[in-house]
Amino acid sequence: MPAIVALMKNVPDSWSEQKLNENGTLDRDSVDSVMDEVNGFALEQAVQIKEANPEAGYTVIALTAGPKAADAMLRKALAGGADKAVHLNDAALAGSDVIGTARALNAAIDAAIAAATPGEDLALIVAGTSSSDGATMSLPAIIAELRGIPAVTYAVSAQIAGDELQAKRVAPEGIFELAATLPAVLTVGEQAATPRYPGMKALLMAKKAKITALTLADLAVDSAQVGRDAAWASVVDAETFPPRQAGDVIRPTDAAEAARTIADFLAAQKHI
Amino acid sequence: MATIPAGTSYILVEHADGTCDPRTFELIVAAQVLGPVTAVVVGPAGAHEPLVAELAAHGAAAVVGASAPDYSERLITPEVDALEALATAQPGAIFTLKGPRGSEIAGRVALRLGSGVVNNVTGVDEKARPSVSIFADSVSTTVEVSGDSPVFALRAGSVEPLAGAAVSEPAVSTLEIPGASPRDVRVLSYTEPPRSDRPELGVADVVVAGGRGVGEEGFAEYVEPLADALGGAIGSTRDVVELGWVPAATQIGQTGVTISPALYIGLGISGAIHHTCGILGSQTIVAINNDEDAALFEVADLGVVADATEVVPALVAELAARKG
Repeated sequence: MPAIVALMKNVPDSWSEQKLNENGTLDRDSVDSVMDEVNGFALEQAVQIKEANPEAGYTVIALTAGPKAADAMLRKALAGGADKAVHLNDAALAGSDVIGTARALNAAIDAAIAAATPGEDLALIVAGTSSSDGATMSLPAIIAELRGIPAVTYAVSAQIAGDELQAKRVAPEGIFELAATLPAVLTVGEQAATPRYPGMKALLMAKKAKITALTLADLAVDSAQVGRDAAWASVVDAETFPPRQAGDVIRPTDAAEAARTIADFLAAQKHI
Repeated sequence: MATIPAGTSYILVEHADGTCDPRTFELIVAAQVLGPVTAVVVGPAGAHEPLVAELAAHGAAAVVGASAPDYSERLITPEVDALEALATAQPGAIFTLKGPRGSEIAGRVALRLGSGVVNNVTGVDEKARPSVSIFADSVSTTVEVSGDSPVFALRAGSVEPLAGAAVSEPAVSTLEIPGASPRDVRVLSYTEPPRSDRPELGVADVVVAGGRGVGEEGFAEYVEPLADALGGAIGSTRDVVELGWVPAATQIGQTGVTISPALYIGLGISGAIHHTCGILGSQTIVAINNDEDAALFEVADLGVVADATEVVPALVAELAARKG
């Protein structure tokens, strides 16, 4: 059955304190990590496309790269409708820049399909518009470049009609109705279909499901092209800013008093 | 073929309806650190012509009009094709504007050219090493980027568009780029974002932003009148953009616009890190929210614990009265 691959990412919880390792790479161990929220929307979109096209018989594969903790996220993806889960975990990936990460994930997509639904073709890669941590905002499009296939990014809705992906892109420059020949890359934000709440049965199945583990050795990728040594962009210096200090907090008794106080403050700061 | 000055950097011009997006001029300023700047205008044939004077006035030494016959049916790939062709013929650093469009273009171009790419850059030094703020702007990093044509997506509002660096006779040339390939999407229809008379969010001196706390009708009833009373732009949070209350272009923060106005006023905004990381460059921050635990108060110079829907009409009246 043709594959829809949903790319997932565990990210540091935005509320936990984040820091860099000595060598300028992201310290992913010292923080709580959670599934990046936008991934839930990407997965839901993948599952809805599968459900809307039963005759096509799509298999939805949730794929992630990262340390061991990402397994919990993949179980969540299985409960949320993914048919298979594949986890690329290799210490040599640490410190990869966006291009190295894209190369590894791109090769992992092929390896994941070979493992999860052998002999089938890729139909669609679905990802979130932008991760909440690294936020290079271009990884899915770089995967499309590597494969020489089209990418529809920042979509709020999407469907497949025949061998074509149709989607609506909403970006600051305007709203676009787009079409792309499959296979294609699709990225969706949180305006897309809301992720479902898994039922008890789905949760139990997800708990027991097998997660396919991959390392770089399983992939058709040149190991010289991933990891920190291969990175074309790496952090060489870091400086911490002093945090912004909170000013006065007032609790006015009525709206008129509030208005006067704010206007006085704005005048004192020369904003009016 | 295009005429390009020696040792140039390239900037990708953002433009619509024959005028430059003012944030383009920040790209010129950021790129000038490295030498002469070539402004690349991608569009239908002749799209660069009305922009040349404006770009030269802001310091572009050369302007290239790159055109594809099927430009209007394509998205993003024409810009990638143009920058790839130019930097392959003559390598140089490439600057785009950070955002859903500019950041994607940056990543694709870097891959094709075999150079590094850095998103959310706030400036580069003379060795072409970019500064990047990470962890919600709590840490500034310096990044080493390899390749002959390093690619930078610049965060708007990071540099002051300089006055007085005008170039009197810019070198103007054109470049034809190939038509669509299998990696293109097809644009079936396009709707312009709603335009307003208010200043552009990324460059406004005053920004009044609304969050979920003002309610769907609250933007028209409170946020807009206060913005207009102060001559400011409208901002919003990811939440309300996703609820469809306001256009995506108003979104401030991590996946939206980073702003550094003289004055930011947040109405009914809780202050999630995804939003506040985009406002920390503001000179003065005022927060009005009836939830006294709102995180926005922690970064505000003045916090007002009150219902914005009651305070704003009184404040608009007060401002009008003081104006006389």
